[in-house]
Amino acid sequence: MAESQALRWIQLLLKCTIFLFMTAAAVSSRLFSVIRFESIIHEFDPWFNFRATKYLVNNGFYKFLNWFDDRTWYPLGRVTGGTLYPGLMATSAAVWHGLHKIGLPVDIRNVCVLFAPAFSGVTAWATYHLTCEIKDSGAGLLAAAFIAIAPGYISRSVAGSYDNEAIAITLLMVTFMFWIKAMKTGSIMHSTFAALFYFYMVSAWGGYVFITNLIPLHVFILILMGRYSTRLYSAYTTWYAIGTLASMQIPFVGFLPIRSNDHMAALGVFGLIQIVALGSFLKAQVSWQKFKTVMVVSLIFLLLAGVCGLFALTYFGYIAPWTGRFYSLWDTNYAKIHIPIIASVSEHQPTAWPAFFFDTQFLIWLFPAGVFLLFLDLKDEHIFIIAYSVLCSYFAGVMVRLMLTLTPIICVCAAVTISKLFDIYADFSFWSDKSLEPSDSSNKTKIMTLVTKLTVCGSFLGYLYLFVYHCTWVTSNAYSSPSVVLPSRNQDGSMALIDDFREAYYWLRMNSAEDAKVASWWDYGYQIGGMADRTTLVDNNTWNNTHIAIVGKAMSSPQEKAYEILRQHDVDYVLVIFGGLIGFSGDDINKFLWMVRISEGIWPDEIKEREYFTPSGEYRMDALASQTMKDSLMYKLSYYRFASLFNGIEGMDRVRGQKIRDEDVGNLDYFEEAFTSENWMVRLYKLKDLDPVGRELHSAGEFERKSARSQKKRIVKRPSLDLRV
Amino acid sequence: MSKSSVSSVSAASASVASSSSKFAETFSAAWAAYRDQVGADPRLKLVDALLAFLVVVGVAQFGFVCAVRDSFPLNAFLAGFSACVGQFVLAVSLRMQWVESFAGIRKERAFMEFVGGSLVLHFVCLHFVN
Repeated sequence: MAESQALRWIQLLLKCTIFLFMTAAAVSSRLFSVIRFESIIHEFDPWFNFRATKYLVNNGFYKFLNWFDDRTWYPLGRVTGGTLYPGLMATSAAVWHGLHKIGLPVDIRNVCVLFAPAFSGVTAWATYHLTCEIKDSGAGLLAAAFIAIAPGYISRSVAGSYDNEAIAITLLMVTFMFWIKAMKTGSIMHSTFAALFYFYMVSAWGGYVFITNLIPLHVFILILMGRYSTRLYSAYTTWYAIGTLASMQIPFVGFLPIRSNDHMAALGVFGLIQIVALGSFLKAQVSWQKFKTVMVVSLIFLLLAGVCGLFALTYFGYIAPWTGRFYSLWDTNYAKIHIPIIASVSEHQPTAWPAFFFDTQFLIWLFPAGVFLLFLDLKDEHIFIIAYSVLCSYFAGVMVRLMLTLTPIICVCAAVTISKLFDIYADFSFWSDKSLEPSDSSNKTKIMTLVTKLTVCGSFLGYLYLFVYHCTWVTSNAYSSPSVVLPSRNQDGSMALIDDFREAYYWLRMNSAEDAKVASWWDYGYQIGGMADRTTLVDNNTWNNTHIAIVGKAMSSPQEKAYEILRQHDVDYVLVIFGGLIGFSGDDINKFLWMVRISEGIWPDEIKEREYFTPSGEYRMDALASQTMKDSLMYKLSYYRFASLFNGIEGMDRVRGQKIRDEDVGNLDYFEEAFTSENWMVRLYKLKDLDPVGRELHSAGEFERKSARSQKKRIVKRPSLDLRV
Repeated sequence: MSKSSVSSVSAASASVASSSSKFAETFSAAWAAYRDQVGADPRLKLVDALLAFLVVVGVAQFGFVCAVRDSFPLNAFLAGFSACVGQFVLAVSLRMQWVESFAGIRKERAFMEFVGGSLVLHFVCLHFVN
């Protein structure tokens, strides 16, 4: 008795130590970017979240919820408080206030930067409990270790990637953990917790719709399999009633849970389970023969009524039809044809096959094995994991960013496989088994068994080691770049940082009027707002397709037309990203076709995508480029003065590998160069003021050039005059 | 030809009659079982009274919205209506556990959980109703 007590204590101690180490590993492997670069917010969306968090900390929660931001989407503005998920900002503001209360005056930036790594520890803890419910604590520890370092999850949770997903994956796992517990025990308390964390999830990420559909799907499958029980009723109805009501408290979600088709499945299952509950009560009272007739007749009646009702409500507009993002999940070509703005986002692209291995290494081939092992058992909770795996495998194949939701389930299933394997092969108790009498043959079997077991265990330990190695390598090489600061190497191999973005944004912040409006492609809107603190026309929120198309049209039009458009929108500066000098491939010229396509969607008779290609259908920038391309504002702003870096006649574009002729670029009459960063990555142009004499700016430019030429002639002449004297 | 059609009609009417009688039998059996259940544990009567009350209140709210053909403060209506629905399913869950308690959860604990769940529900409703 005392021995088992001691054993339990040792187990607990070991578990705590393992968790401590796991959290340390999870946090430290996410700190590469801070150590290599600095404590800085990464990429695009995090800059907005950071700006919103600062606003929340400075102005309080109520002002935050009512925040109307007039510094974006000029001149429309954005009802920011009602169109964001406040969970992330509210959490970090709470952390910040908490730290201040206990006397740690931490900068809000550092809270935001270290937010995601801190939450990865919680994710590991939730995954442990979830897997414990699925199999046992051994599998749980493995799953927690996997999720702590799997690159698929790290990709969105390194230090500085302050995005909604950083907290959402944690909440996803916690919600599922409570759901599995509630479903197994039928406890109202667990179900209430599941609903509360579901609410938290809704407040943090739009991906909550995944939970909204997965849990009803689980219940639906269970009902179809004839596994309905009163526990299931208690768990599901409690979760749905509280969770749905709570989710409507978020301003951005509003009445969607009763209006949009995305949420109807949950409501339908809620209705269904009431009927099933009544049915199962009736079934217990009468013979099966009698019950069958009753059931069939009422089912047909209810089904007809339900389908008609749904169609009628959608038809009369009470329920919103499915949204574009939803369609693009099922039909991968849908977005490309109908909504270029969705298709243009890089994280909405389909996943390349190597990405699966890159993000999860050997877990990806253990994953199907784990699903298979769950099929062998097929308890109620296993069905949940199987449904999750099937759905998410599909989604992750369609959209690269949904890899993130697949990773946790891969970790869980792979942990189940490995733990099952170790259950069998790491069991060396047969060695001390005294029941067999010692003989030659039994000795031989013993040794053979030992060799087999050692081989299997050894090879899997090797795989585990390789996994850790791979994860560290991927994290440090692929996912730790802030993309605001770019790493590069000097010629002697030493590390160099390309810091053009911050250089240019800082210039803008210091040298432009405080209410200056900057036009750029929407990708840079959040960064301009966050780093330069200037008003932007469009940003990464992409809520207004037409407004984005206006900027796209300006970029793809000839300069006099673009000038007119930009002037109408009060623009002072135009910002383009140009990578041709240092070979940065994510620049505006490579995104240019999306600008053309999006504006073509609104003005099909003014902008035509075909005209931007060469007659043979190539996308070229050199002498062969089409005239429309050479005339477009984007081309001119990107390559203006580019040849002067080389011989003055033609410059070499390192991204496209093409020679740009100076004569193709021509003169800028409507814009003047305001700033170009060190490596020419960010180029800022100022719109010229209207001519004081009232001339057209182009003719004014022509006049200037002509007089300059004649002036030059005079200057050349003068020395010869002097010589004569 | 005509004879066969007559017979099919009579068969159909016979099947309708038999299924309606099956319905009646089923419901009388269920009613009897319900009487037994309530007779065994008088606390169930209390829960059932609450359930009936919630149904009445819910239907009244819904009927009101249908009658005035306007659900203008939609949040207020939703809060009131969902409070009824939520409380209803919570009470049904409690009732199920009182009839036959779930493994690992005693009846007293079930009641405490019910109270906790209801408190959360009504807090959210209060917040929603403004």
